[in-house]
Amino acid sequence: MTLDRALALDLLKQMLRIRRFEEKCAELYGAGRIRGFLHLYIGEEAVAAGAMRAFGPEDAILATYREHGHALARGIPASAVMAEMYGKAEGCSRGRGGSMHLFDASTRFYGGNAIVGGGLPLAAGFALADKMMRRPRVTACFFGEGAVAEGEFHESLNLASLWKVPALFLCENNLYAMGTALERSEADTDLCEKARSYRMEARSVDGMDVVAVMEATQSAAAEVRAGGGPQFIEFRTYRFRAHSMFDPELYRTKAEVERWKQHCPILTFTARLRSRGLLDDAGLAKIEDEVAAEIAEAVAYAEAGTWEPVENLARDVYTARAA
Amino acid sequence: MKGPPTTVRTTYREALREALREALKRDERVFLMGEDVARYGGSYAVSKGLAAEFGEERIRDTPLSEAAFVGAGIGAALNGMLPIVEVMTCNFSLLALDQIVNNAATLRHMSGGQFSVPLVIRMATGAGRQLAAQHSHSFEGWYAHVPGIRIVTPATLEDARGMLWTALMDPDPVVMFENALLYNLEGELAADAGAVDIDRAAVRRSGDAVTLVTYGGSLGKTLQAAERLAADGIGAEVIDLRTLRPLDMPAILASLAKTRRAVIVDEGWKSGGIAAEIMARIMEQAFYELDAPIARVCSAEVPIPYPKHLEDAAIPQVAGIVEAARRVVSGHA
Repeated sequence: MTLDRALALDLLKQMLRIRRFEEKCAELYGAGRIRGFLHLYIGEEAVAAGAMRAFGPEDAILATYREHGHALARGIPASAVMAEMYGKAEGCSRGRGGSMHLFDASTRFYGGNAIVGGGLPLAAGFALADKMMRRPRVTACFFGEGAVAEGEFHESLNLASLWKVPALFLCENNLYAMGTALERSEADTDLCEKARSYRMEARSVDGMDVVAVMEATQSAAAEVRAGGGPQFIEFRTYRFRAHSMFDPELYRTKAEVERWKQHCPILTFTARLRSRGLLDDAGLAKIEDEVAAEIAEAVAYAEAGTWEPVENLARDVYTARAA
Repeated sequence: MKGPPTTVRTTYREALREALREALKRDERVFLMGEDVARYGGSYAVSKGLAAEFGEERIRDTPLSEAAFVGAGIGAALNGMLPIVEVMTCNFSLLALDQIVNNAATLRHMSGGQFSVPLVIRMATGAGRQLAAQHSHSFEGWYAHVPGIRIVTPATLEDARGMLWTALMDPDPVVMFENALLYNLEGELAADAGAVDIDRAAVRRSGDAVTLVTYGGSLGKTLQAAERLAADGIGAEVIDLRTLRPLDMPAILASLAKTRRAVIVDEGWKSGGIAAEIMARIMEQAFYELDAPIARVCSAEVPIPYPKHLEDAAIPQVAGIVEAARRVVSGHA
């Protein structure tokens, strides 16, 4: 296909934003500025960067606890995401959620679900609401392949398909549920077959190829939006870093990780753009500079952020009632 | 000319159905979903006839997948609807605990106040029908442990008729426990009965010798106990909590200031239950006003058994409430 230069460079930039943002997060974690769990998306950037192209502002996005990339690609300012990583009141969830629970009403980003499979029933309900209200919207639900073993996956796919709701189930298959390899947890490792068993359109896509991800998601989203019922996409991808900052990675070999790094979505896409004459050293440097400036600004914003007063601890457990 | 009747003869079940009907008529965002709510008419016949009246889009049968349809209710609520989700019994709701506890209860706080979940989850609770240990338990006290949800327990026709709309208008998730023995409760209800508050406890009988604190399916038994106590010259005040979270402690303390004695009647288990919580709060807030230790009448610490005599022995009964109240009043607790 012919690739529009502006689009191509923006896809690259989105992936670089996620990569550099998370590299900075890992550094800040080591420095004690970010605490709790930190699940890095490094290696999987093509999925969020490519897939998010398929959705408009009226659509709803649900994601998991490995959602920094989705939040950035959706358009939540890096500063608000970084402040949330710090737990500052200026964070996109007022600091209440941290890395695993990014939320943003203005971009219809519904997080940030850290129970594996827990977001899928919500997605079925989001899409049901749109169908009942005759709104031409799509609900995008990202989850990992580990969720496929959960009952909520099967219940939700069945419900969504039974009711033909406009939901798009986006499975990021990075081959490991924490440290458990897919073939050690699934009797049938063909994830699309599981979706098809619920009479749902399903396709498997190279999740390391940002253009393939974008095109597949756009195509599926258009069909879902047109009322064709829910669909399922498996993105075959790989996590280059440990599951979290506490993972000694005993379950996979360094050689395997190195092999996958050859397919790094940023490296391969950069090479592709260079070979097509769409990118040169100066062009890449310009993007890297812009990304670096954005992240420096985000860190400064988070550093300057404030701690929510302890008096506000119980705020927003319930909606405040008029006296 | 005869004027319009001021009351109508009705049942708890019909009052709930009227509340559903009113909600469905008032707001197009309202819909009901759950197992067998449409064609079957509801396992306790609460929604009987509603599918014919409102259509199967809004009275929606679900597969037997509690986690998915309760979670779908949460998602629909986040996306602008006012869903009512019926879970056949609270025992089955344990299959949806993830959605209720990890999502419905947390989303507002965890998102820094950005999202509300205006959802009502209705479920049957309680023993007394010889349904044994997987259909008879009372988990409302468990749910009341969780910040972020409201727990309501309608025990009267007025509350069956009036709590639903108020709960739906509440921006936060409300779980409504309907004691299954109450569905056939019959009585007079004001013809113009409508929404009621879901914040305050109610004094169902006044007295000055002892406060009997209860809710839900135990209210009727507690009122009977109060009647027997009155025959002995003991004036028992009966408080119907109505809402288990948040607890209306001012109402309990106001009664205690008068009676200085209390018995808590709860069909849940004692250990870690709502009765224990109420006792603890009284200790914290009114210890020096008490003239006697507080007593509890709760379910025995067993899974509810099938045979009638054992089931009766396992859950609070009138005689046990009377006995506990007498002990507290006589000072021989």
